[in-house]
Amino acid sequence: MYPIISIPKQGGNGMTLIQHEATVLDGIKLHTIQTDKYKTNTVVLQMKAPLKKDTVTKRALLPYVLQSGTENLPSTKQVRRKLEELYGASLYVDLAKKGDFHVISIRMDISNEKFLSEQSKILSDGLQLLSEILLNPKTEQGSFDSAIVQKEKRTLKQRIQSIYDDKMRYSNMRLTKEMFPDEPFGLHIYGELDMVDSITGKELYEYYQKAIQEDSIDLYLVGDLEKHNVSEIVKKTFSLGRRGTEEGAVTEKAALDVTENEVIESQDIKQGKLHMGYRTGISYKDEQYYALQVFNGIFGGFSHSKLFRNVREKESLAYYAASRYESHKGLLIVMSGIETKNYDKTVSIIKEQLEAMRSGDFSEEEMGQTKTMINNQLLETIDDAKGMVELLYHEEIAGYSRPMEDWLDGIEKVTKEKVVDVAKQITLDTVYFLKGEEA
Amino acid sequence: MEKIVFDQLQETLYKSKLPNGLEVCILPKPGFNKTYATFTTKYGSIDNHFVPLNEEGKLRVPDGIAHFLEHKLFEKEDRDVFQDFSKQGASSNAFTSFTRTAYLFSATNNIELNLKTLIDFVQSPWFSDKSVEKEKGIIGQEIEMYNDNADWRAYFGVIENMYEHHPVKIDIAGTINSISKITKDLLYTCYETFYHPSNMLLFIVGPVEPEKIMELVEGNQAAKDYKDQPPIERFFENEPPEVAKKKNVLKMSVQTPKCMMGFKEQNPTRQGSDMLKHELSINLALDLMFGQSSENYEKLYDEGLIDQSFSFDFTEEYGFGFSVIGGNTQKPDELSDRIYEMVKEFRDSKISAEQLERIRKKKIGGFLRSLNSVEFIANQFTRYQFNDMNLFDVVPTLESLTVEDIQEAVRDHFKDESFTVFQVLPKG
Repeated sequence: MYPIISIPKQGGNGMTLIQHEATVLDGIKLHTIQTDKYKTNTVVLQMKAPLKKDTVTKRALLPYVLQSGTENLPSTKQVRRKLEELYGASLYVDLAKKGDFHVISIRMDISNEKFLSEQSKILSDGLQLLSEILLNPKTEQGSFDSAIVQKEKRTLKQRIQSIYDDKMRYSNMRLTKEMFPDEPFGLHIYGELDMVDSITGKELYEYYQKAIQEDSIDLYLVGDLEKHNVSEIVKKTFSLGRRGTEEGAVTEKAALDVTENEVIESQDIKQGKLHMGYRTGISYKDEQYYALQVFNGIFGGFSHSKLFRNVREKESLAYYAASRYESHKGLLIVMSGIETKNYDKTVSIIKEQLEAMRSGDFSEEEMGQTKTMINNQLLETIDDAKGMVELLYHEEIAGYSRPMEDWLDGIEKVTKEKVVDVAKQITLDTVYFLKGEEA
Repeated sequence: MEKIVFDQLQETLYKSKLPNGLEVCILPKPGFNKTYATFTTKYGSIDNHFVPLNEEGKLRVPDGIAHFLEHKLFEKEDRDVFQDFSKQGASSNAFTSFTRTAYLFSATNNIELNLKTLIDFVQSPWFSDKSVEKEKGIIGQEIEMYNDNADWRAYFGVIENMYEHHPVKIDIAGTINSISKITKDLLYTCYETFYHPSNMLLFIVGPVEPEKIMELVEGNQAAKDYKDQPPIERFFENEPPEVAKKKNVLKMSVQTPKCMMGFKEQNPTRQGSDMLKHELSINLALDLMFGQSSENYEKLYDEGLIDQSFSFDFTEEYGFGFSVIGGNTQKPDELSDRIYEMVKEFRDSKISAEQLERIRKKKIGGFLRSLNSVEFIANQFTRYQFNDMNLFDVVPTLESLTVEDIQEAVRDHFKDESFTVFQVLPKG
């Protein structure tokens, strides 16, 4: 009925809703979250380092090379066979931009033995495999295996090109580039196409050794952990020989003094993609973060929001019209798919909705409804192991922790006045429109 | 109310068939915050030729009407149901597939109220000429969004290649032209025919008390005046076993070509345990042939013919079935030739017991992982039930499959005349 556009996860570290414990081991911060509601145990390893033009492409390549072979399991085929033997443990690598950081994730889901007819120690075997992938990759004379690097470079180029083929992702990338032309935040997490060819196995291996020493590394274990001595297993299997996690770089919030910029491009497509980028001046650790979430909910986060009601339901201009906020850089993005001829009309309706927010044209009922929905969304997020990790990881990015109780309470206490203040503060940076070619 | 315990999985299912024919299933999930409920009718995009309720003659309706009806059920004379849910703290949504239309909500509180809202809004249609016209603009943009999506076009392209007549080849949302013919009266006709409780299933999963929920649903239904309805008559033309087109190409605004290949099921009439056994066998076979641990995957990846977008899956419903294999590739022709050869080779060779054990373990683990998702449980359980299967039979069936079962399914499904190729190539 309406498209699900991923909504940024709200943050918070609950004392009662989430049983979260963190310990700093030899260079790795281990987070354990005890729960018996899943059929599997989830393992997520996150490595963060600042986004930089000269490392972005190497970082984009690295996890894919790592998962392609270890000293003991020297090919993808052998790694995958091992995973199958561990009752179909899954292994995914991924990249993300969180504030000014470029984050590498390696994620595994491992069946809980109690649901299997055969008893085995698959959690510790799975952690052992993850450690091998991370710390014992296939190498040759101080270099990654050259055949693996060659293959993964080809795949990376294809991955970068495929952004162009998905028009919504392409428009997002273009908008970000326009908003941050000379800043690391404008870089894409897949790196730069023309940088791929020049990366050698040796150079990548040197970068890898540096990353293992200098990245902030967080390891999350979610599941039925009580009977396993996970902290002992992790201590034994993840020995990095580091002194401790360094707290270094922080995200620089996007400044608010910008003038409106309009960028229109065209391609041979049927539906125009309208993406509007705003700066909020509000990030995860700010007091205003609560009011920003309520603002976003009333403005464009839900199907009761102004954008959905006015752009879609009232004017029939679009199938989707929504806004979402970014939690660290301080951004808000509006997205809608429209007919090219309706561009001016849609932009002006969206601008009118923000004006309405600024002048307080929303009811107490909308406030209450939105708060309930945010509450609901948060509780649903922590029903999912990945969602829970995403949520907790905000704290590592922001260097600030917020217990769940404070968070819920903070939303509850947001007043209309504070929402209006947020609306007044939000500044339009760039209107990006990818339109269809004129017939 | 029947109570079924699945020991190995540690799940308990409660089910009941109400006097008006509605099937109700409840799966308690203590420890979860969220309750997720789906209310599904066995009516999808393929049901475009049928005898309307209380009529004699057959009727053919415009393409995309089941999906259009799904959108319009949310609008009532005085309000929009999205708003009702959202005031009660729930998110609601709906989707239409080839064979089903499902309405759903998820919430962490007000569960009983939201459940009542779900049942009542689906059971009280209100359509007007004006609101039908208004929706044409919104759905028109939904259709265009999919038209620009190269992966979607490639997937549907290969299905369209397979079928001569069967309506599975028609886009679920229809076309801008076909939806222009939809009227208020046609919506009511489809609604009256397909939304009787005896054609529907309600599934609730979450931290709920089954007795209380069942009582609420029973009371709600007993207060509504449903008359018994005869079985629905649906019509499908005879579909030849072989594919309609061996190959087709679409030029789009993309940089990387896509190549999707498919095999059409020749005898898609299985139901119940035969169907479950067949679909699991084909899924195992696909994994043996093209999974990331296979020799074939390694060769294709090393030769630069595939990347991580490469995937495969098998779909089967009563009346149609197909496997689809493919992804992004720089060499679409070479990829389709190689896949075809590899399938033939697999068909003629023997599966080793060791290989089968490994893939079997993988599938069991994958199924357990799926059960972490309340959405998966509700949606898949409903699909299985509509085909006389039980979702919780998946693990025992996987455990029972033999090398011979799989080889038989492979010989049956992967036939030369069932193979077809669809490519999306860069324009210009």
